[in-house]
Amino acid sequence: MLELAIGIILGCCALGAGCAMIAGIGPGIGEGNAVGKACEAIGRQPESKGSVTSTMIMGCAIAETTGIYALVIAILLIFVAPNILVGVLLRAIGQ
Amino acid sequence: MKEQQRKFRLVDGLLIAMMVLPMLAAIILQVLTKPASEGVSITGARIFFSIPMPLMPLVITEAQVNTWLVMISITGLCLFLTHGIRENKRGFRQMAAEWIVEKLDGLVRDNMDPVFHSTYAPFIGAIMALSVFSSLMTLFGLFPPTSDVNVIAGWGILVFILITKNKLKAGVPNYLKGFTEPFALMLPMNIISEVATPVSMTFRHFGNVLSGSVISALVAWALSGASNALLGWLPGVLGDIPFLQIGIPAILSAYFDVFSGCIQAFIFAMLTMLYISSAYPGESIAAREQRKKREPAMAR
Repeated sequence: MLELAIGIILGCCALGAGCAMIAGIGPGIGEGNAVGKACEAIGRQPESKGSVTSTMIMGCAIAETTGIYALVIAILLIFVAPNILVGVLLRAIGQ
Repeated sequence: MKEQQRKFRLVDGLLIAMMVLPMLAAIILQVLTKPASEGVSITGARIFFSIPMPLMPLVITEAQVNTWLVMISITGLCLFLTHGIRENKRGFRQMAAEWIVEKLDGLVRDNMDPVFHSTYAPFIGAIMALSVFSSLMTLFGLFPPTSDVNVIAGWGILVFILITKNKLKAGVPNYLKGFTEPFALMLPMNIISEVATPVSMTFRHFGNVLSGSVISALVAWALSGASNALLGWLPGVLGDIPFLQIGIPAILSAYFDVFSGCIQAFIFAMLTMLYISSAYPGESIAAREQRKKREPAMAR
């Protein structure tokens, strides 16, 4: 029975980490948009390439934030949460 | 003159030693204390020892030790670049130091309010240099302090204190009133967005560096497995050498460690400048100055 409970905890942690990374879609679309527009801008005004590129990298890094949140949560779920949850379970059944 | 030149060379040697020795010390410390591990190992900062304190034990971790070593190293670099500066005869080191200072001043002047120009360039430069060199420590195989959330959270709290200090320059009543704008129901939202600023800065930097090191570790582990499966049939010692591990992790390292580390340092400094600059209530202070100037005239 204990094995089953621990197995459910580990499996759900892995599932949760996978679900959390769905958030990667958002930054992907956003950064793609930003880079596409930057390419258009460079095509229209090649002389402003430097400032457009630096602004684009800045914007990309900020658009990345939500993806990074998801990544931090996924890493916590994989590497930190199982230990804590199994500890909570063992304490609850008094072992 | 000759005597002077030789003395300079001795100082140079000492300063270069000040730059290099901390890194060597970090490498030796890692070799001595790191336990041998099998397969994939992704761990946080190792704890060296803890000092008992009233509330909770003060823990000395790898991240703290490495941060101090990086700080010593940067101090050595700065002294090496700037000592013996002369007005008319410029050497390579003086050129490099002047280039760095000019670029930093230009960056601050482009992005901040004119009030901050003279005071904030050293702070921004310090944060940028610390972040860049901490992230680049992975090139020596060391633990980068920037992939420990406590280090970055400290910088985030520092920036938050500076933002609040600049907001308070409008006066405490105005600062508190700013939370109820545009209307009083927005109070919880405003408090959350105030706290979210340092949290998002912290997680952006920390997550980028951490994800780089996790992905590098996973790829190195997977490549050793793949080369074992593909080339394991080779006779003798040849079968044990992980050929696929040669070179491919270096490309990842060039992106995740060098490029990502430098970009994140730049972004952290940039956001610091923008947040501090936008927190400064320039208009209301100018209006107050105007009123002060007018009042004596009215009294007369």
